[in-house]
Amino acid sequence: MSSAASLTTLPPVIVGAGPAGIRAAETLVRAGLRPVLIDETAKGGGQIYRQQPDGFSRPAKALYGFEASRAEALHASWRALLDQVDYRPHTLVWNSEGGELDLLQVREQHYDGQPWQQLILATGATDRILPFQGWTLPGVYTLGAAQIALKYQATAIGSRVVFAGTGPLLYLIAYQYAKAGVEVAAVLDSAPFSAKLQATPAMLKGPAVFAKGLWYLGWLKARGIRIEYDAHLLAASGDQRLTAVRWRQQGQEQQLDCDGLGFGYALRSETQLADILDCRFQFDELNRAWLPVRDAMGRSSRDGVYLAGDGAGIMGADAAEWAGELAALALLQDSGRAVDATRVSQLQQQLARTRQFRQALEDAFPFPEQWVHEVADDVVLCRCENVTVGEARRLISELSLQDMNRLKAHSRVGMGRCQGRMCGLAAAELLAATSGQSVADAGRLRAQAPVKPLPYAIAPTVQQWSPALPVTAVAEEADHD
Amino acid sequence: MTDIHTPGSKRTLGTDVVIVGGGIVGASAALALRQKGIAVVLLERDVCGSRSSGINYGGVRRQGRLAAQLPLSQRAHHIWARLPELIGIDGEYVRSGHLKLGVCAADMASLENYAQMAARYDLPLEILDQQQLRRRFPWISQRAIGGSYCAEDGHANPRLVSPAFAHAAGRLGAQIFDQTPVSRIEHDGQRFIVDCPQLQVRAPLLINCAGAWGHRIAAWFDEQVPLQVSCPNMTVTEPLPLFMDASIGIEGGSIYARQVSRGNCVIGGGQGYTTSDTTARPGREAVLELMKVASGLFPALASAHLIRFWSGIEGNIPDRNPVVGPSHTTPGLFHGFGFCGAGFQIGPAVGEVLAELIDDGHTPTPIDAFAINRFSTASSTLMSTTIVSGDE
Ligand SMILES: Cc1cc2nc3c(=O)[nH]c(=O)nc-3n(C[C@H](O)[C@H](O)[C@H](O)COP(=O)(O)OP(=O)(O)OC[C@H]3O[C@@H](n4cnc5c(N)ncnc54)[C@H](O)[C@@H]3O)c2cc1C
Ligand SMILES: Cc1cc2nc3c(=O)[nH]c(=O)nc-3n(C[C@H](O)[C@H](O)[C@H](O)COP(=O)(O)OP(=O)(O)OC[C@H]3O[C@@H](n4cnc5c(N)ncnc54)[C@H](O)[C@@H]3O)c2cc1C
Repeated sequence: MSSAASLTTLPPVIVGAGPAGIRAAETLVRAGLRPVLIDETAKGGGQIYRQQPDGFSRPAKALYGFEASRAEALHASWRALLDQVDYRPHTLVWNSEGGELDLLQVREQHYDGQPWQQLILATGATDRILPFQGWTLPGVYTLGAAQIALKYQATAIGSRVVFAGTGPLLYLIAYQYAKAGVEVAAVLDSAPFSAKLQATPAMLKGPAVFAKGLWYLGWLKARGIRIEYDAHLLAASGDQRLTAVRWRQQGQEQQLDCDGLGFGYALRSETQLADILDCRFQFDELNRAWLPVRDAMGRSSRDGVYLAGDGAGIMGADAAEWAGELAALALLQDSGRAVDATRVSQLQQQLARTRQFRQALEDAFPFPEQWVHEVADDVVLCRCENVTVGEARRLISELSLQDMNRLKAHSRVGMGRCQGRMCGLAAAELLAATSGQSVADAGRLRAQAPVKPLPYAIAPTVQQWSPALPVTAVAEEADHD
Repeated sequence: MTDIHTPGSKRTLGTDVVIVGGGIVGASAALALRQKGIAVVLLERDVCGSRSSGINYGGVRRQGRLAAQLPLSQRAHHIWARLPELIGIDGEYVRSGHLKLGVCAADMASLENYAQMAARYDLPLEILDQQQLRRRFPWISQRAIGGSYCAEDGHANPRLVSPAFAHAAGRLGAQIFDQTPVSRIEHDGQRFIVDCPQLQVRAPLLINCAGAWGHRIAAWFDEQVPLQVSCPNMTVTEPLPLFMDASIGIEGGSIYARQVSRGNCVIGGGQGYTTSDTTARPGREAVLELMKVASGLFPALASAHLIRFWSGIEGNIPDRNPVVGPSHTTPGLFHGFGFCGAGFQIGPAVGEVLAELIDDGHTPTPIDAFAINRFSTASSTLMSTTIVSGDE
């Protein structure tokens, strides 16, 4: 078989079985293909529609609230796909090289390779974090983590919990906790109330999932749950674990006892794979982040690589479903198949509307730009490498650093286990503010494999141990140590 | 130094010496020249110390070098001892000892031969048999059957050390221009005219320290060097309890490993691949092989995680020696490039040697083996014999 012939028989590969990945897979199956669907987690559903582990049987309504029917629909699609796709749960894509993805089978810890010719990246998002004093204390979680604990395993992060930060998840998760019977001591929103008022008309026109934020707010208020606006986290305190949270509001410091704190400032896209695949990136003002560029169909700058869902820019779950379908249609179109033009333009219109709505959301939950000016020098910026805000500031000034990768080289910010996925955006804010540039000009950390820590256990078996690496060129004979 | 502004054209500078390339070699040369009071402009395409010099493994060892490099390497050893006074930081430099392991009888024979040769250059090496090895380094598995130990070799953090050489040169008055690629150099009979997009520098003397790209600059002056790039693979683990109390090499190459005080093990081995003229990535096969060899040698890694891989671009020359010394076609031109995967340790000494060549016309350190005219047709046959037999 010629290599060209074998290439064309490769099935399309989808990374991520969230709303975007599942709809993409479904679209490809409908066209008669059998895609490979790879996901790190145990079951399809992604972040928002994460399924409970086997043996847990809470009803969908309890788990997903208003989204129960959407969640059930997506899970049904996923189940229907199981024997029509090559499904690889528990599988992390940690690298890509020369037309092949590198996989880690998370449970058995073995290595696998996956050749690809057409690839849809639907890798989703994680919380956007801005550090404050004490954020590494036991009892402090991100909003997303607080929600996963509840949704996935029916556990709460504390018995008297505070939620802080901003973004639609803030109110949603407070609501979900209160509804589950946990005492929610307060919701501390860094955005002023005026921002919400101004954005309300535009928000109400928006897609249902996000507009519900206002409803949650009303629900919380009606139950007498304390909600503070313009409230900026100062510290989580406690000896061994969290006992209190402190914040500033209109120049006044306030304090409240609690044993759980969830915080976060909306979401950030998971973009390492797009970066390792050499997709072109561009600064996106709306997301305040460098993102892989995509055209109106979801094509990246690299042939054969398509982008869908929150991994390419935060748009929410419904948009992720549409973008997944659209990216699959683009893939089919590029393979020379006819696609339904009406469906394409319908999806594109829905996505365009969502993006407009995203702006309203950004107005209602603005990024707290004052954080960077107020954050104290002794706050830990990068918890993997234990680098403080003050140390980063000092190095930026002393060495006139301008670029994120230089900041990393000199300070070790982003060099630890998370590879900057958690601290990267905060570090970029700090670099920009301290060096007098825009966040865009501060640049972004170049992604390096592995996407997540790679266990030594995947190394080929030691029984086959041979002392020397294969020598294929003279240069390799030289010592490099 | 003269700053000549010609209205309507780009900025023009006059100086004594222009250096192309702000790696550890170019920055050390700039520092050494300023110590002698000579005016110098350093031109760096990216940011000083961000290429090979800033991303290498960090091995600071003499053991294992070709005989021709040992005098230079010994000289560098003394410079490393004065690091803080020279560049203002300790650069995480530690004399942990460097242990080169053997895994078969042939390796041990080769290590013994090397130790005899090194003794002539005042480099004391201690040959350990398997029992001694087990006693002193119990964290190394039985796969190693012996080793050669150099107590005063060690390792440092290249990310910190290499840029610090440039900063130190700058503090002594070197004019340093980052993000200033040299696109063309001409000689008007008296001076080099060095062109960059926003700058032109004129000087009677020029040093080519352009690393893996140095042969291109040499070629502008009709000097051909058979340089090929290589991309060593680097990996680093999450922090682990401290166990590795020596920097490790293996006879014949393979992997090399060190542990930093924070607990991360930095382990290199095998080759990656280039993704552009200036960027490289680690190679999957070699990384997996590296993990296999490393966990076979160091059982403590069995349950560890790797958190990051990287690679970089280095210039390799068939006889594994760099090009250091005066040009053979162009008076006033000096070269210092092509360090074959091992220029970090000797870089600071090369800088001093280049400064001496410029200031005094000669250097006490033997550098004949590094002459650029060794690449004539006659000598290249000779060289390929050397490669096959190896030198250690
Ligand atoms: C913790 C969290 C909670 C959220 N809760 C809500 C909510 O309650 N309501 C709401 O409206 N929105 C919520 N969101 C936002 C919502 O999840 C997204 O808008 C939506 O899920 C986006 O769908 P997606 O398919 O793009 O990505 P996701 O649903 O995030 O799915 C991405 C999938 O890709 C997998 N993946 C990523 N990288 C790799 C890799 N390298 N290898 C293998 N697999 C990989 C992930 O494991 C995941 O399963 C939440 C987001 C987060 C991060
Ligand atoms: C991954 C890796 C691991 C290594 N490990 C070790 C080790 O453990 N121990 C050891 O001793 N050595 C090691 N080495 C080798 C060592 O890093 C190099 O030999 C040494 O850094 C070379 O220094 P340099 O100044 O010649 O080159 P570089 O650091 O590459 O500097 C050359 C500079 O010239 C600049 N330049 C090039 N062309 C132009 C132009 N036209 N205009 C302006 N600027 C230009 C480049 O941008 C670059 O910054 C390793 C190398 C690599 C890549």
